[in-house]
Amino acid sequence: MSTMLLAGSPIEVDAEGFLLNPDQWTPEIAAEIAAGSGITLSEKHWQVIDFCRRTNADKGAPPTVRGITKGTGISTKEMYQLFPKGPGILASRIAGLSKPKGCI
Amino acid sequence: MNTTMEADVLSPVEANETSRKVAIICSKGSLDMAYPGLIMANAARMMGLEAMVFFTFWGLDIINDKKVDHLHAGMLGNPSSPMPHSVMGLPGMEALATGMMKKKMEKLDIPDVREMLEILGDAGAELYACQLAMEMFGLEVSDLVPQVTESITAMDFWEKAEGAQVVFI
Repeated sequence: MSTMLLAGSPIEVDAEGFLLNPDQWTPEIAAEIAAGSGITLSEKHWQVIDFCRRTNADKGAPPTVRGITKGTGISTKEMYQLFPKGPGILASRIAGLSKPKGCI
Repeated sequence: MNTTMEADVLSPVEANETSRKVAIICSKGSLDMAYPGLIMANAARMMGLEAMVFFTFWGLDIINDKKVDHLHAGMLGNPSSPMPHSVMGLPGMEALATGMMKKKMEKLDIPDVREMLEILGDAGAELYACQLAMEMFGLEVSDLVPQVTESITAMDFWEKAEGAQVVFI
């Protein structure tokens, strides 16, 4: 475990940069993590982030890419445009959640 | 132990991830041999790795537009078969095993093979048919699923796969 300075606050993250406590997350933190991956958050990004956080709150685990495409109607292609460096990990990391467990 | 790191510490890790590459060779056309390669390629793309798949020999069945929806679970010669070979060899048993496997996958919301290929295409994975195997089976690119637009030689593939981690299935 390590602590990372995000949006001015010390935030606990794991070795891969996923927040350990989703309650520490703020939209400002999301923007900063996204910027670190070269992403400027758009309305579509927020739609994905909201969905990920809602799913995590409901089911106790973040959704997979397939879960996101099915749940939001955002296509697989769009997901890769929104998160070019890997939608499987980036959406969850930006949303302040853990690394998704699914394979699809 | 607690350490403090700045946000930009993450970037070099990702830069490294994007330069990673996997090259998967699918040489078998049964359902149980199709999924591992496709799922591994998709997982690579989901975490930002480049992924390419080379379909050769029986692996061409996976991308053959006429066969992709009818792949079978190969249970004969498979020591993990849940039933004895004497039973698995009986007519209809393979279809039964295939049906059971497909049902289970549907329950787990695993896409069928055609949809897996669509996902891979949308995810930007590169899918190639083996040119020699295509000639052997008398196939044209127009016989393949739309996600495969090129047949290339083994040497072409190694060119493209330079620096990749290679998986043979």
